[in-house]
Amino acid sequence: MPDNTAAKTAQPGAAARVLSGTHFMLGDHACAEGALAAGVDFFAGYPITPSTEIAEHLARRLPDVGGRFVQMEDELGSMAAIIGASAAGARSLTATSGPGFSLMMESIGLAAMMEIPCVVANVQRASPSTGLPTMVGQSDILQARWGSHGDYGVIAYCPESPQECFDLTVRAFNAADQYRVPVFILMDEVVGHMAERVVIPDATDVPFVPRKGPESAPDGDPFYCYAADEDLVPRIAHAGDGYKVHMTGLTHDERGYPALDAETHDQLINRLVDKIRMNAADIEMHDEIDLDDAETVVISLGCTARSARHAVNEARADGISCGFLRLITVWPFPEKRIRELVAKGNVKRFVVPEINLGQLRREVERLTQLPVLRLNHAGGAMPEPEKILELIRI
Amino acid sequence: MSVTEQTVHPTADVHPIDHLLRADRLPHILCPGCGIGIVIHSYAQAIAESGMPENDHVCVSGIGCSGRAAGYVNVDSYHTTHGRALPFALGIAVHKPDLNVTVISGDGDLTAIGGNHLIHAARRNANLNVICINNFNYGMTGGQVGPTTPIGARGSTAPRGTTERPFNLPYLAKATGAVFVARWTILHVREFQQAILRSMQKKGFCFIEVLAPCPTSFGRANKIGDGLHEMEIYRERCRIEHGASNFEDLDIDLIDDKKSITVGNFVDIEREAFLS
Repeated sequence: MPDNTAAKTAQPGAAARVLSGTHFMLGDHACAEGALAAGVDFFAGYPITPSTEIAEHLARRLPDVGGRFVQMEDELGSMAAIIGASAAGARSLTATSGPGFSLMMESIGLAAMMEIPCVVANVQRASPSTGLPTMVGQSDILQARWGSHGDYGVIAYCPESPQECFDLTVRAFNAADQYRVPVFILMDEVVGHMAERVVIPDATDVPFVPRKGPESAPDGDPFYCYAADEDLVPRIAHAGDGYKVHMTGLTHDERGYPALDAETHDQLINRLVDKIRMNAADIEMHDEIDLDDAETVVISLGCTARSARHAVNEARADGISCGFLRLITVWPFPEKRIRELVAKGNVKRFVVPEINLGQLRREVERLTQLPVLRLNHAGGAMPEPEKILELIRI
Repeated sequence: MSVTEQTVHPTADVHPIDHLLRADRLPHILCPGCGIGIVIHSYAQAIAESGMPENDHVCVSGIGCSGRAAGYVNVDSYHTTHGRALPFALGIAVHKPDLNVTVISGDGDLTAIGGNHLIHAARRNANLNVICINNFNYGMTGGQVGPTTPIGARGSTAPRGTTERPFNLPYLAKATGAVFVARWTILHVREFQQAILRSMQKKGFCFIEVLAPCPTSFGRANKIGDGLHEMEIYRERCRIEHGASNFEDLDIDLIDDKKSITVGNFVDIEREAFLS
């Protein structure tokens, strides 16, 4: 049986992988260091601003700790390669930005359908198309959720600081392995190119959640790579483990064999969505300030949250009843918490600043009849705290 | 050999390579006269002869009729997206360099939609064995022309015959850096099998083009008739030339019955394999 229970970070070489201590570090580098601490074995990527520093950092660091770095011919290949490596047991990562993320979409659907864990860091820039390559955007929020064709569940983390780039990258690898899904680290150019204090814990304090492997030996009871447990997540065996798995992007049965009928398809796709939906309480993460009595609730994520927090604190100092909900996972969306706030009755309105033309607002509007005030910038600039404050004061 | 009614045949419950096929997936989806079954058989036979543990073999396919190959071989097998079999396989081969990773896919999958990956996998000498089943058209979608369709041959998207020059695949593979390059047909089943075996023994990017009939689509559109008829063409017109030196002469014109088709093992060199 494959030994996938031992934490990589508790293995020899952990010291080289985990740079325990306090650093002044770029967000992109913190993401790369988070991947190393989480035990990333394989990186495949294609240069693209503003994510390139992740690739460059891993090109230098990964081979020294026994991992493999490959610069691919394009993002189509990068995404396929990290799924292949993961199918062979690797913790695998790619890093990209909007245009590359679009190119990865077909294979992201494959990872979702084959249920092969992998992590994609998308450092968002002003889009669509080539847009403003060196300037900030947050316009891949809906693409991260719905970008590949069809229905499937995903997880997306939105760090607001280099520290969170590190922490959430570790978390992303664990979530990918726990739920057998593609997981996104939805960074943005400001967070990726910002240098701040990053505290990296001791190797033994880096959380590690292993993949669920087969319960029997390869020559024992038949192993079904798509027979889900109670958590709706099936156990996985890797290329070379001896289980002779078959994995396909076609609709398949529990053995992984193509089963091209409507009933199997309906069951499979519902499970792919439900395994995230049913486990959302365990996956979803948010941060809040003074929500209990707030009349105005500001909702934000990523770099925009830094402006929003400033505005909320100023408003409260002025005696305005205002709270803050910062999304750490945008997917799954914190539906339960927002519905609770709406149901409590004291909230009069929401304020949603974001660097796109209303992707986050749309999700909030889906959950409430209350006014949702918007502050949008199409990209290239941060929403200023003063402008958010003006909206709060309305 | 004539067989009389009195002949007593030894009986066997299992074929010697049965265990290398997913018998529980049979019958397969392939048409009568299709050459892909012989490719799958040849691959399984090569695994058996390789002397390597079966668990060390991995098969990766893309999309299309040939892309279904991975679904019938009883090794770890992955049926990926259209064109992405090579980078998917590269991920496996780089993470576990001791595995023997073979990509079986079609001409459209590997050389049209996946063409960029093909030239780069060859350039970097990825440790992969590629079996490119060339049936001169897109079979599964109903016989559209593709980058291997000979000039003048018809397909549903070129009803008056294609005017585009096709790829000369051994030339392409050699030029981009493959360390082993061969072309065979499914008629040359022993030579083909030995070429697969050779690719399994070599480190680096090994490319085998195998010509295979698609009577349902390409054959019907081009008056080739059934699969046997195309096998006749292979028998009459194929010329074996190992180590062929002029790769420009390796163009295939299946339609012009005066032109020969060169087959053989063309390249077998050593070059350091990528991250293996």
